[in-house]
Amino acid sequence: MKEVGLALTFLAPSLIIFSVFFYLPFIRLLDWGRYKSQRGGLSYRYVGLSQYREILTGPEFTDGLRHSVLFVLYTVPAGLVLGVLLAVAAHRPLKGIKIFQAIFSSTLASSVAVSSVLFLFLFNPAVGFFQVGWKEDPDMALFAAALPSIWQNLGLAFVIVLAGLQAVPEEVMEAARLDGYGPFRRLVRITLPLISPVLLFLVVVLVIFGFQAFAQIQIITNGGPAGASETLVFKISRQSQNYGAGAVLSIGLFAVTLVVTFLQFVLLERRVHYGDE
Amino acid sequence: MAGVTFKGVTKRYGDVTAVESLDLEIVDGEFMVLLGPSGCGKSTALRMIAGLETISDGELLIGDRVVNDVDPAERDISMVFQSYALYPHMTVRRNIESPLVVRSYPVDGPDHPYRKLTKEERAERVTEAARVLDLEPYLDRKPAVLSGGQRQRVALARAFVGRPKAFLMDEPLSNLDAKLRANTRIELVELHERVGTTVVYVTHDQVEAMTMATRVAVMSMGKLQQVGTPREVYDRPVNTFVAQFIGTPPMNCLDGVMGAGGTVDIVGGWLAGPTASPDGPVSMAKLDRGRKVVAGVRPEDLVITTDGTVRGEVRAVEWLGHECLLFVKVGDQQLVIRQPGTTDRSVGDVVTLAADPADVHLFDADTTERIA
Repeated sequence: MKEVGLALTFLAPSLIIFSVFFYLPFIRLLDWGRYKSQRGGLSYRYVGLSQYREILTGPEFTDGLRHSVLFVLYTVPAGLVLGVLLAVAAHRPLKGIKIFQAIFSSTLASSVAVSSVLFLFLFNPAVGFFQVGWKEDPDMALFAAALPSIWQNLGLAFVIVLAGLQAVPEEVMEAARLDGYGPFRRLVRITLPLISPVLLFLVVVLVIFGFQAFAQIQIITNGGPAGASETLVFKISRQSQNYGAGAVLSIGLFAVTLVVTFLQFVLLERRVHYGDE
Repeated sequence: MAGVTFKGVTKRYGDVTAVESLDLEIVDGEFMVLLGPSGCGKSTALRMIAGLETISDGELLIGDRVVNDVDPAERDISMVFQSYALYPHMTVRRNIESPLVVRSYPVDGPDHPYRKLTKEERAERVTEAARVLDLEPYLDRKPAVLSGGQRQRVALARAFVGRPKAFLMDEPLSNLDAKLRANTRIELVELHERVGTTVVYVTHDQVEAMTMATRVAVMSMGKLQQVGTPREVYDRPVNTFVAQFIGTPPMNCLDGVMGAGGTVDIVGGWLAGPTASPDGPVSMAKLDRGRKVVAGVRPEDLVITTDGTVRGEVRAVEWLGHECLLFVKVGDQQLVIRQPGTTDRSVGDVVTLAADPADVHLFDADTTERIA
């Protein structure tokens, strides 16, 4: 019993913080989903679980989810692959390599707003570098909004993969050279398996970032044209009149993220090698 | 199988010369140990054979073939690393099989083109290597669950399975505990005798060098100091570095000057030099009176006797069980004497010492090279 008390004492700070800022609001959110509110929450009425059914099967949720999933598919693989390739390229003892390492990781250090505005300028129809009209094309708008994320994911992936590569023992790579593994085989058969925990972490985190992305979409397309780039988060932000609907969409997003993350662990973790097992 | 030859091989990193003009012929089938302290260039020399370091100058041959610009995988050598460098994500079986999967081998004899092994041939070789190294029960495990000694044997099996022309080993025993190290030394020698392949073995541990080597190459500061059988480097070190690097405790080296009749005068007495002994023919011209020399005597070659010629005071006594070391102050220099079993000497005793002239090594005080 004494140990349980001690454990709770040590856990208390995080339990309190999580309760106040996460668990309690989450429970409150579940409750809100049963009310329809109007005029920005000034009046509301109880509608029960019917609102969950109505919204989660409605176009707001399904369209938003489709766009969110697309956004994730645009941003995660591209950012990850580019980051890994750059990290592998920059992981060598060359003079001045630190400069490249700093440049490649710089995208991580710039804020979402800054990188989005940067791309907004690049897309500017008058002075931009990419005068392709993607922002105005319903099929390309979401991709245009995804570009800053790809750019930033690349930096994050670069930094984390580079750290992972530096932890790979030099002698193992030399053994692989002597065993006859060429550069490509070394990458695929030795390096990537050895940094697989890092890759799993990146996939999970980048997918969550993708589902949560907001600022880049608002800055580049503002959801347009005609809602073609409205992701789930964007839809939630639009529910300023009916908080209840916003609550249901949020819980939907939470559930999707939870399931996707869980699936990633189940499907990918078997292929991940941790050093000490 | 093949020998390895260094012809004036130099390795420079910027302004630092790691290996300087190394000439060394490693004979086919011998167990050559490269021995020296940290930073002496022995590992660099080994890594040049492997192809993991480029060669700044000179020629390196494996067999008759100059391999300066040959890719590591094409050199037909294999290497055991200090950390074993196993692939942690692969089973023991896949680790051992690994070189066979990607490399081609002269399977059908030297006159046929190299080819990759078939699946059956690979399995056969892995089984054989696992049997020789007692790894059969562990083939389907991952390296992380194995003990240090087992991992080391996996690394050996991986080196062994491709039947290379030469094995390179970079301090492979240094991560094992003392008992396992002693056993593995014996196993390595047996393995070498069985396969007969050239071994180039790097260590800073003179015990490993003395116990396993056919020949030892002693290196210091990037330069080869002496090559010879363990016995030769122990009995006739070419300079004071080799004299003091090999042997525990190291050889006593006393500053002195040549006296009359081939004796060496040191502060606190004199020693009969090797010239005074019947089988030590040394040109007297070399040993002019007054020439500054260093007299070397191994701790076991000094005896305490009443008619000794060197007089000193016991500073410390170390009892090690099977033997005992006496530290004796002679003038301003200190000597170590090895005494079997126990001793009745104690700190403060004044003793007189003598050595058989044949056991006294003379080195030039300036060049540190052996005179006699």
